[in-house]
Amino acid sequence: MPKHIYFSLLVISLTIYAIRVMPFLFIRKPIKNRWFKSFLYYVPYVTLAVMTFPAILTASQTPYAGAVALAAGIAAAFLSEDLFITAITCCAAVFLTGLF
Amino acid sequence: MESAAQNKKTPKTTPGWFVYGLRNGIPICMGYFAVSFALGIAARNIGMNALQSGIMSAAMVASAGEFAALTLIASNAGVIEMITTALIVNLRYFLMSCSLTQKLKPGSNPLHRMFLAQFVTDEIFGLSVTVEGYLNPFYTYGIGIISVFGWCTGTVLGVLMGNILPGWATDALSVAMYGMFLAIIIPPSKKNHFIGILVAISMAASWIFTEAPVIREISSGFRIIILTVVIAGIAAVIRPIPDENEEADTEQGDA
Repeated sequence: MPKHIYFSLLVISLTIYAIRVMPFLFIRKPIKNRWFKSFLYYVPYVTLAVMTFPAILTASQTPYAGAVALAAGIAAAFLSEDLFITAITCCAAVFLTGLF
Repeated sequence: MESAAQNKKTPKTTPGWFVYGLRNGIPICMGYFAVSFALGIAARNIGMNALQSGIMSAAMVASAGEFAALTLIASNAGVIEMITTALIVNLRYFLMSCSLTQKLKPGSNPLHRMFLAQFVTDEIFGLSVTVEGYLNPFYTYGIGIISVFGWCTGTVLGVLMGNILPGWATDALSVAMYGMFLAIIIPPSKKNHFIGILVAISMAASWIFTEAPVIREISSGFRIIILTVVIAGIAAVIRPIPDENEEADTEQGDA
C-alpha cells in the first residue's frame, strides 16, 4: 500500500507546475542552444515510447491481448492520427481478444 | 488537434474567445474522459481513493505525468526520484510553454502567464498555439476548463465505478492510456522516419531494461529518466532539428 499519498501528490504537482510556468515567467525569447532545442524536441517521443512498451503487455489480463492492442493502436494512430479513435481501438482490440 | 475550423471566423471579443474555446474543447473533453477513466481505474488499483485521484487530476492535468505519478506513489518512491521522474516525463511541457509564451502579447499580465501554465497539455497547447496572431488567454481558458472538467470527472468516476464495471470492460479500458500515447508518437513517426526509428529503439531499449538481469532492478522511474536522457540526447547530436522554424506553416489566408 502506498504511504504519504498527499505528500507525493504535492511534490509531483509542484514539480509539474514549475516545469510549465518557468518558461512563461523567465523565457520571453526563443531558446538559442541548438542541441538543447533538439533534445527537448525528441524527449516526448522517447519518453512515451519507453512508457508504452513493454508496459502495454502487462496492462490487461494476457500479454497476448496487450500485443494485439499495441498492433491495433499503431495501425489506428497511423491511419487516423486521432487520439480518441486510437484509444478506443486499443480498448476494442483487448475486448475482442477476450472473446476468442 | 486539427485547427482547420479555427480559420473560419475567429471571435473579436474576449467573451467570444472564451465561448469559442469551450466549444473547441468538447472533443478534447470526450477524449480525456475516456482516458482518465482508465487512469482512475489504475489509481484505484494502487489503493488511491476518489478524492486523492480527483486532486491528482486537477493539480497535474497530465496523462503520462499522472501515470508515472501512480507508479511512483505505488512504489513509495523518495522525493528525489519523484522530482526527477516528474521532470523528465513532463519535460515536453517545458518546450510547449516556451513556445506558447511567445504567442502572448508583450507586456501581458503575469497572472495570465501563471494561469495559462496550468493548461499546457499536448491537446490544449495544440489548439492554442495555432491561432493567428497573439493568443487571447481566455481562448485557452475556455478549452482548458472544459477539458480539465472531462479529465477530472473521468478520473473520479474511474475510481468509483471501476469495481461496478465488469472485468472485461476495465480490462479493455486499461490500455486506453497507451492508445493515447501511441496517438502522440506514431503520426509524427510517419512523417519523420528518424522519429520512427527513435520510437522503435526506445521501445526495444525499454524492453531490455525490464527483462535483462541486473538492470531490470532499476526502478521504472529511473528507467524512464536514463533512457530518455541517453536516447534523446544522442538523437539531438545525430540529427539536430533545423535552426529556423522550417515547419512550413502554410499560411491559410481568409480568402
